[in-house]
Amino acid sequence: MARTVLAQADIDRALTRISHEILESNRGPDDLVILGIPTRGVVLAQRIAASIRRIEPNGAAVAVGSLDVTMYRDDLSRTTTRTPSPTHVPGSIDGRTVVLVDDVLYSGRTIRAALDALGDHGRPKIVRLAVLVDRGHRELPIRADFVGKNLPSAATERINVHLAETDGDEFVSIETMSTDGGVGA
Amino acid sequence: MRHLLTTKGLDSDTAITLLDVAEDMADVADREIRKLPTLRGKTVVNLFFEDSTRTRISFEAAAKRLSADVINFSAKGSSVSKGESLKDTAQTLAAIGADGVVIRHPASGAPQVLADSGWIDAGIINAGDGTHEHPTQALLDAFTIRRRLHGKASRGKDLDGVTVTIVGDILHSRVARSNVWLLAGLGADVTLVAPPTLVPADTSGWPARVEFDLDAAVDTQPDVVMMLRIQAERMHGSFFPNSREYSRRWGLDDARFARLGTDSIVMHPGPMNRGLEISSMAADSQQSTVREQVANGVSVRMAALYLLLSGDREGTK
Repeated sequence: MARTVLAQADIDRALTRISHEILESNRGPDDLVILGIPTRGVVLAQRIAASIRRIEPNGAAVAVGSLDVTMYRDDLSRTTTRTPSPTHVPGSIDGRTVVLVDDVLYSGRTIRAALDALGDHGRPKIVRLAVLVDRGHRELPIRADFVGKNLPSAATERINVHLAETDGDEFVSIETMSTDGGVGA
Repeated sequence: MRHLLTTKGLDSDTAITLLDVAEDMADVADREIRKLPTLRGKTVVNLFFEDSTRTRISFEAAAKRLSADVINFSAKGSSVSKGESLKDTAQTLAAIGADGVVIRHPASGAPQVLADSGWIDAGIINAGDGTHEHPTQALLDAFTIRRRLHGKASRGKDLDGVTVTIVGDILHSRVARSNVWLLAGLGADVTLVAPPTLVPADTSGWPARVEFDLDAAVDTQPDVVMMLRIQAERMHGSFFPNSREYSRRWGLDDARFARLGTDSIVMHPGPMNRGLEISSMAADSQQSTVREQVANGVSVRMAALYLLLSGDREGTK
C-alpha cells in the first residue's frame, strides 16, 4: 500500500526553499555548480538551477550538470552489472562551490561514491549536499546540508520518487514491502 | 555479458549498450584524472600468441584506466615456445587469479575453446583469432562511425541505413568478418569489394553484398569506406600478380579519394601500407578516422572490460 507523502506542489515548494537556502549559504550565485546524480538527481539539479536563475538578478552565473557515480560504487562486484549514465561537468570545478543533488539519501554510499568521482574532476572549494528526501539509515558519516523532507522510514519500506521529466507523473510515496521482497498489500 | 568472443550473434541492444558505455569511457579521457577505480583488485591477462603491439597496448591502456592489474603474456620466449598446451597455460593463469583474459591466437576458435573449456573461470575477450573474428575492432569501428555521424548525440543510436564499403583482403580478414556481422546487425548496408581471389569461397550466409570493382563502388558514394591491410604474412599463395597491380585496381589512391564525396569517411584498422591499399592523401585527410579509431579503441575496450568484469560473476550464466 503506497502512501503519498509529497504531492507536486509540495515538491515545488521544497525545491524553491532549497534554492533559497543554497543562495543564502553561498551568499549569491557566484562560483556555484549544481551537479545532479543520475537519474532523478539530474532533473532536480536542473530545477534548482532554473529556480536560482529566477530568484537572483545575476542567477545566470550558476552552472548545472550531472555526475554519474556508477564507476565509483563499492558494490560493483556484488550486484548485476550497472549501466552508467552520462557525466557532464560544466567547466572547471576547481575552487568553486559544488552542490550535489540526489532524490533520496539513504545509506550514504552513493554520496561517498560521488565525492570520489568529484575528486577526479578537480578540487572544489566546498561541496554541499541537497536531497529531496532523507529517509535515514545512514551507513557512513554523511549528512545533507539541504533537505526537502525528512522521512523517517523502516528498512522494509520503500520510497518512490516520481518526477514529471522521468516518470510522467509527480509525487513522493512510501510503500511497505512484504518480507519476501515483493510489494505488500 | 560473460565473454566477448564474436560479433556474430551479438544482439543489437547489447552492442548499443556497449557503445554507450564506451561514450562514458571516452569522457574520462577529457578529465583532469584519466582513471577510474572501477576494476581495482581485478587482474587482466593479455595472452598474445601472435605479435600485435597496437592491440595489446590498447587493451593494456584500457585495463589500466580502469585500475585493473595487467599481466602481459606473449608466446615468444614463454613456456608456450617450450611446448606448453593452451590448457596448461589457461590453468596457470587461473592459478594466478586472472579475472579477465584477452586472447589473440593464430588458430580460429581458440578463444571459444578457452571460454567453453572450464579450464579457467575468467571472462574471455577475443582480441583476434586466426581468420575468424576481432570483435573489439568492429565495435570501435562502429563507435567511430556513430560518433562521426551523430557527434555528442550518439548515445542510443544504431547505424540504420549507413552504407559501408569494406575493401581489400576479405579472405584473411577477421576485421572484415566481425564488421560484417556487427555493422549489418546495427542496420548498416555493407558491401565488400575485393579481388575474386581474396573473397571467401562461400559468402552466401553473410549479410553483405560482394563486388569486384572498386571504381563502381566509389561512384555509389558510400558513407564509409573501410580499407583493409594487405596481410603479407598470411599471403601464402599468389592472390594477385604484384602489389602495384593490386594498388591500381583495389587501392584507395588520390584519384579515387577525390571522387569520393567530402561526406564519406575513410577508415583503416592499421597498421597502414601507405601507397599500397591507401594513399597518404586519403590517410591524412580530414575524412580519415585512422587516429580516432586508435583513441576510440581504448574507450571501447574499457567498456568491454567493464561489462565483463564488473557485476556478480558467480551469478552470470
